[in-house]
Amino acid sequence: MSPTVDVKTLTIDDQEVSARAGQTILEVAREHNIDIPTLCHLDGLSDVGACRLCLVEIKGSNKLLPACVATVEEGMEVSTATERLQKHRKTILELLFAERNHICSVCVANGHCELQSLGQSQGLTHIRLEYRNPELHVDASHERFTLDHNRCILCTRCVRVCAEIEGAHIWDVMGRGIDSLVITDLNQPWGESGCTRCGKCVQVCPTGALFDKSKVGSDHPKYPDFLPYLNLMREAQ
Amino acid sequence: MSKLKLATVWLDGCSGCHMSFLDMDERLLTLAELVDIVYSPIVDTKDYPDEVDIALVEGAVASVDDEKKIRKIRAHSKMLVAMGDCAVAGNVPSMRNPFGPEPILDRAYIETATIQPQIPCVVVPQLLRVVKPIHEFVKVDVFLPGCPPSADTFYTALTALIQGAPLDIPALTRFGA
Repeated sequence: MSPTVDVKTLTIDDQEVSARAGQTILEVAREHNIDIPTLCHLDGLSDVGACRLCLVEIKGSNKLLPACVATVEEGMEVSTATERLQKHRKTILELLFAERNHICSVCVANGHCELQSLGQSQGLTHIRLEYRNPELHVDASHERFTLDHNRCILCTRCVRVCAEIEGAHIWDVMGRGIDSLVITDLNQPWGESGCTRCGKCVQVCPTGALFDKSKVGSDHPKYPDFLPYLNLMREAQ
Repeated sequence: MSKLKLATVWLDGCSGCHMSFLDMDERLLTLAELVDIVYSPIVDTKDYPDEVDIALVEGAVASVDDEKKIRKIRAHSKMLVAMGDCAVAGNVPSMRNPFGPEPILDRAYIETATIQPQIPCVVVPQLLRVVKPIHEFVKVDVFLPGCPPSADTFYTALTALIQGAPLDIPALTRFGA
């Protein structure tokens, strides 16, 4: 006899959907081809709700919830694309562009960047905020890869893939708020860290913050799709 | 219908946007039936005309001279278009912003000079401390990102602007395009 499944029924953008208890709003929305933009979320990694792009509205609540970590409830009425949400998403993207030095035209990830393509799909044509122009360094000490803090959006995908999938936990975050930086080991140069050289962090990085030294110009597509398969194969063993 | 007056301006940019504009090739002839180019790096007019209908501005604002120009352009143009990533977002010229202008001037005029190393201080305009997109100085009506925006983008956007037709810019171009 199969165990009973706790089924929740809810609506997302007026579409009636059913889900298993414990599923996130994002999972259920994507199962039904309802697009919610995300940046820090990546299939195969745990969710942290860091970027806030996936915020959704729940009827009867003033609070906006990040769809990647909010779980479904019976009778929930979810809206994913109200005017208010679209306004917030645009502002979040503008904050990201203004926070560090994202010069798309000369970035190794130009044309393959999730921040850049989200900017376009969310209708950004310019940044209304003043640019911060912080002075940030580039760590090219690793034999194969480079870390460019100018392009980092602190999504922590690198931290999660290294800890959860590779099991090395070389990456972490140092500092607080606007001074936060991703670091290797205890802020040692990447090339001198305990890095296993697997390159998973580079593949999951949504921007040009982590890149392969063998790539030049804007020729750096990334392939994070291996993660769900890797997890599946591991579970099967 | 009388022709609209079109101006194109070159501030701190590489002229790539103007090159891409010229890449419209034979479509320039179609445009020439709709507009007169009254001021441009490719037209021999010294002063910005009093009344311009559409001004396409390439380049960021990087010097006191750029700032003076963009304010004058705004005052005498009905529609101001930020053309390309430098005008829209600062782009490559803004890469000096984290360091300020001094190290850049040193590198260009002192460290790499073979004769008479000195930083020019007459005739050339003084650099601003921070390079900024034009909308941080004046109101911009249309933003056309891209490095450079493609000739197709120019043609579609200009035709729409001239005819007052709807224009979906993110469908045409993006930062770094």
